[in-house]
Amino acid sequence: MSYDVLKIRQQFPMLKNKLMQGKPLVYLDNCSTTFKPQCVIDAIDSYYQDLTANSHRGDYDLLYHMDCLVAETRQTIARFVNCEADEVVFTSGTTMSLNQIAFGYGFKYLKKNDEILLSEEEHASNVLPWFKVCELTGAIIKYIPLTKDGLITADNLTKTISPNTKIVSLAHVGNVLGNINDIQTLTNIAHAYGAIMSVDGAQSVPHLKTNFKEWNLDFLSFSAHKMCGPTGIGCLIGKKDLLNKMDPLISGGGNNVDFFKNGTVEFLEPPAKFEAGTLNLSGIIGFKKAVEFIESIGVENIHEHDKMLINYAITKLENHQDIIMYNKSSQNGILTFNRKGVFAQDEATLLNSKGIAVRSGQHCAKILDDYLGCQATVRMSTYLYTTKEDIDIFVDALINGGDILDAYFSH
Amino acid sequence: MPIFLTNDMMRQIIMDHYANPLNKHQPTSDKFEKVHMHSDNCIDDLDIFLLVENGVVTDACFDGVACTISTASTDIMCDLLKGKTIEEAKYIITQYHHMIHEESFDDTVLEEALVFINTSKQAARVRCATIGWSAAEQILKEKK
Repeated sequence: MSYDVLKIRQQFPMLKNKLMQGKPLVYLDNCSTTFKPQCVIDAIDSYYQDLTANSHRGDYDLLYHMDCLVAETRQTIARFVNCEADEVVFTSGTTMSLNQIAFGYGFKYLKKNDEILLSEEEHASNVLPWFKVCELTGAIIKYIPLTKDGLITADNLTKTISPNTKIVSLAHVGNVLGNINDIQTLTNIAHAYGAIMSVDGAQSVPHLKTNFKEWNLDFLSFSAHKMCGPTGIGCLIGKKDLLNKMDPLISGGGNNVDFFKNGTVEFLEPPAKFEAGTLNLSGIIGFKKAVEFIESIGVENIHEHDKMLINYAITKLENHQDIIMYNKSSQNGILTFNRKGVFAQDEATLLNSKGIAVRSGQHCAKILDDYLGCQATVRMSTYLYTTKEDIDIFVDALINGGDILDAYFSH
Repeated sequence: MPIFLTNDMMRQIIMDHYANPLNKHQPTSDKFEKVHMHSDNCIDDLDIFLLVENGVVTDACFDGVACTISTASTDIMCDLLKGKTIEEAKYIITQYHHMIHEESFDDTVLEEALVFINTSKQAARVRCATIGWSAAEQILKEKK
């Protein structure tokens, strides 16, 4: 069956007659967040209209039903990324998942001069928690250099890793350059040195087939809202033995069996151990529907669609000397660029005035400046509902966009 | 006196102050007061310096990384504030904020800063057009 992007688009209220600056909206900021199909919106709504109850407290039918839905969501996610259902911990999103790993595992086990390996392209959420852990433990961060194409290669990992390396924490797909790292190979190298591998899947899980078990990952973090799901919900997948060893980042109601006046606590088994407080239940129900929606299209098909669109954009822009593209080898729906002599934010404002949503700035990867040789870039990113017509409008605006001050004077 | 500006003149003024911001440099002495500003939604990262002597803003400059709108608006502000009393400077800044937020304002004191009258069309850039002005306001706030 061929990929029917128009049929897909019909399911998204945000894509129906939505205007920005009086022009039809062209949404190309899918790395930031994605639109939600009606089925996901309905699922979230159903929690408030029809299913409201807490979980973990199954004394009556509504509660029991909610517990079943939470369990089914874990199974759905487990099927999607190939892990066990009890390896799925609900969090508020990738940032919380990475903080849970840093403070629940890193802080507990790292010692002075132990090494944490990151890359220069990591998102702030995969850097700042480790800064704090280093401050608290005396561990140190080493950065794996990127190749000129923005990749983290086996060679560069091997040159950086040492017997002191305890944790390697990397994005499968970076949010600025969009290159796809060979995570399975990198994981094998980390394991050969006795280190664990934590993968930031925020930009990869929504776009690429991910296989937690086959790649032998230790931790995997991702967010629902970047894959057509609701905001405020995501998950941390962790190998069972690591989840058992790791401390919860937050404690309280719903994550313990018993506690005593002398300060001893007996925590529940994972994943409940990490889920203190009332869960984001409407989010969980929406997350389940989002995964089912992605599965119904096929994540491999989404990847092919992204690739086709980005290659189409690169081909159209290639002969324009004043467009600098920083990641022409991108195969994952992300194109990062600048127009010569134009400040990134000014370009984004000009595109906004034409109804086109792109992101400008450092994209939360502030240590990438040296690598790119510029302070800010414009990033456009596609998803399953993006069309070639969207790319045409974007390219036309970029090439024939005129003066950046048109945004302020051409009404 | 209010000045009449066509769109083309306004564009030219913004581009001139962006391409050649005469007030974008480090201060000439250590008597300047400094406020550092950065933006959440733009890359703007600026230091604003004012020299206030005997109740008068005798000099103003800025330095850092900034987009077209923040560079030009801060450069124009420096020109406007130089030589003004604290009270006059505060009045000008207040009128500028009123203009940016589409409230009624005194157009007789803003001179070249009138070129930013269209900023509200691009709501995401209001912060860029006001970042330097808010810094100057902060420096002058406690002064009489």
